[in-house]
Amino acid sequence: MNILELHDVSMVYGQVAALRNVSLTVSPGEWVAVMGASGSGKTTLMNIIGCMDRASHGVVILDGEKLSRMAARDLTAIRRDKIGLIFQQFHLVPYLTAVENIMIAQYYHSMADEKEALQALERVGLQHRARHLPRQLSGGEQQRLCIARALINCPKLVLADEPTGNLDEDNQNTVLDLFHRLHAEGSAIIMVTHAPDVAAHAQRVVHLEFGRIVNDAPRAPHGISSGEPDKCAVGNMAK
Amino acid sequence: MFFEIVRGAVTRQKRKLLVMACAMTLGISLATAMLNVMFDVGDKVNQELRAYGANIVVSPRGASFLGDIYGVEEGVGVADKYLAEAELPRIKTIFWAFNIVDFTPWLDIMVRLDEDSAPVRLAGAWFSKHLDLPTGESVDTGAVNLKSWWDVRGAWLDDSDISGVMVGSALAAKRGIKVGGTLPVRFRDADGAEWVERMTVRAVFHSGDREDEELVATLAAVQKLAGLEGKVRRVEVSALTTPENDLARRAAQNPYTLSRQDWEVWYCTAYVSAIAYQIEEVLTNSRAKPVLQVAESEGIILRKTRLLMLLLTILSLACTALAISNLVTASVMERSAQIGLLKALGATDGQIYLLILAEAFVATALGGVAGYVVGLGFASIIGQAVFGSNVAAKGLVIPLIVVLALLVTIGGSLPAMRMLARLRPAEVLHGR
Repeated sequence: MNILELHDVSMVYGQVAALRNVSLTVSPGEWVAVMGASGSGKTTLMNIIGCMDRASHGVVILDGEKLSRMAARDLTAIRRDKIGLIFQQFHLVPYLTAVENIMIAQYYHSMADEKEALQALERVGLQHRARHLPRQLSGGEQQRLCIARALINCPKLVLADEPTGNLDEDNQNTVLDLFHRLHAEGSAIIMVTHAPDVAAHAQRVVHLEFGRIVNDAPRAPHGISSGEPDKCAVGNMAK
Repeated sequence: MFFEIVRGAVTRQKRKLLVMACAMTLGISLATAMLNVMFDVGDKVNQELRAYGANIVVSPRGASFLGDIYGVEEGVGVADKYLAEAELPRIKTIFWAFNIVDFTPWLDIMVRLDEDSAPVRLAGAWFSKHLDLPTGESVDTGAVNLKSWWDVRGAWLDDSDISGVMVGSALAAKRGIKVGGTLPVRFRDADGAEWVERMTVRAVFHSGDREDEELVATLAAVQKLAGLEGKVRRVEVSALTTPENDLARRAAQNPYTLSRQDWEVWYCTAYVSAIAYQIEEVLTNSRAKPVLQVAESEGIILRKTRLLMLLLTILSLACTALAISNLVTASVMERSAQIGLLKALGATDGQIYLLILAEAFVATALGGVAGYVVGLGFASIIGQAVFGSNVAAKGLVIPLIVVLALLVTIGGSLPAMRMLARLRPAEVLHGR
């Protein structure tokens, strides 16, 4: 079963069609890069897949559940239980420490567990920064923290919106290494990026232009390809 | 975790929460002051009005009946009815004894100052009579307190002084009577026998009433002159009372028409009619009547004052709610990305409301406590400025203030809540 299926999905804002009849499937453990110029519909696509927006037309199926007719409350539950979000701007809570920023995702998912949150920080190499506030962390560290937060609830699908967009080359490589490890451990990843060198790390690259998919081509994998994921990616990363 | 989030938000937004707490302090302080004054104003106005004399007059039952029906004040059936002086301390033993501020008995007789002159009323009273009550307590009561507005030149009489007299200013002016002089006071009894007593003028007083044409002596002196030892014609009582309402008015007409439940409420409330009824219970063959003008004035003043206080309380709290509304809304707008993130992480609208309310409640709690303390200060200042005494802090105000503060916070946060409900994470996180 595919982790994600989009059938003829369109999104219209007023008179503007941000997405036009997009169809896309993503298999469990697959790493897909979405590329396109500004205004091509990448963010709209991510919002629909991430249950933060509803498509105007078409069918979206995530992990076997049809999102199109779900109420906002149910979409929130799906997003909480099945999706890990990574943002270009990091979006960390500024007055909470690194470990608390992870625990907040646990809290709204089920129950905050500091020990588990510290382990997640250790996996992204930030164990020594656990009690630091986001403003005390570098851009790369903040993004690693964002990744740890996205993975803490073992999501079925990781959505990364320009995850390396604000990072220098060293930090970009660190983050991509983390993505490789995630992918190796079986997480499905959809990553929006402008940068072809970043997209080249994905198994498959989808090109969007004016809201349509114009190209959907597989790439040679950089990391270890995976089979069906059966364990929490964060848990596996720890081993 | 919830408390960590709230603590973090509170710590980070110290300034904003301080402004919110200040708004709450202002609102709650005014509400506290107004409510305390509102609840205490009854006693205060009562005390103020007590300076204007008695609000209950007790007279012998038969005399009162003829007075009520025919307006008769003199003659057989009226002037020959008396109350027993020995029973008067019982007035301070009724259920509402502590509300009896002062009382004094009066015994009036007609005298002449020379053989040919017109009769003049000589009234005997207690001035500052020391009473040892059956309850073991003691009080000093009499005209000195009850007629506190009298302008006295000279000295008030001592209750043991049976040769002293106070002369009304009009009478003194008409007859050229001066303090320190003596007056031959002539009393003719029912048998036509005349008794003459030379009395020393201790004071000339101005009351602004009919007493200015009269003489006032101690009760003992008048009783002795008239041969009416142990008897009094009427008793003036000044009592702290609750403003009349429908129940009190019904009871005043006939308390026996009340239901058992209404009776208990009426009897155990300090209505002037209830106190009058209780006085009748302890004084043999007596009729206690409220001085209705005084009682009604109290009711009107209290109702208007309380309404004013209530309006000021509502107004101040409405202003506070507006201020809080602005501050919470500004806070939510400023943190929209953060709130969007929490929604993106799976927080429900209810959890977000709770978070915002919890932050607001911290400011409310701080501002509320400070406001209550400041409000007590305001109430004290109002009490001193208006009534010349402190306004007592009423315990009932505390739960009222807590409820009002919560309502103001929730009400003030409602616009922000609506904004939160409409906030979509996609818009604030991805700019869509």
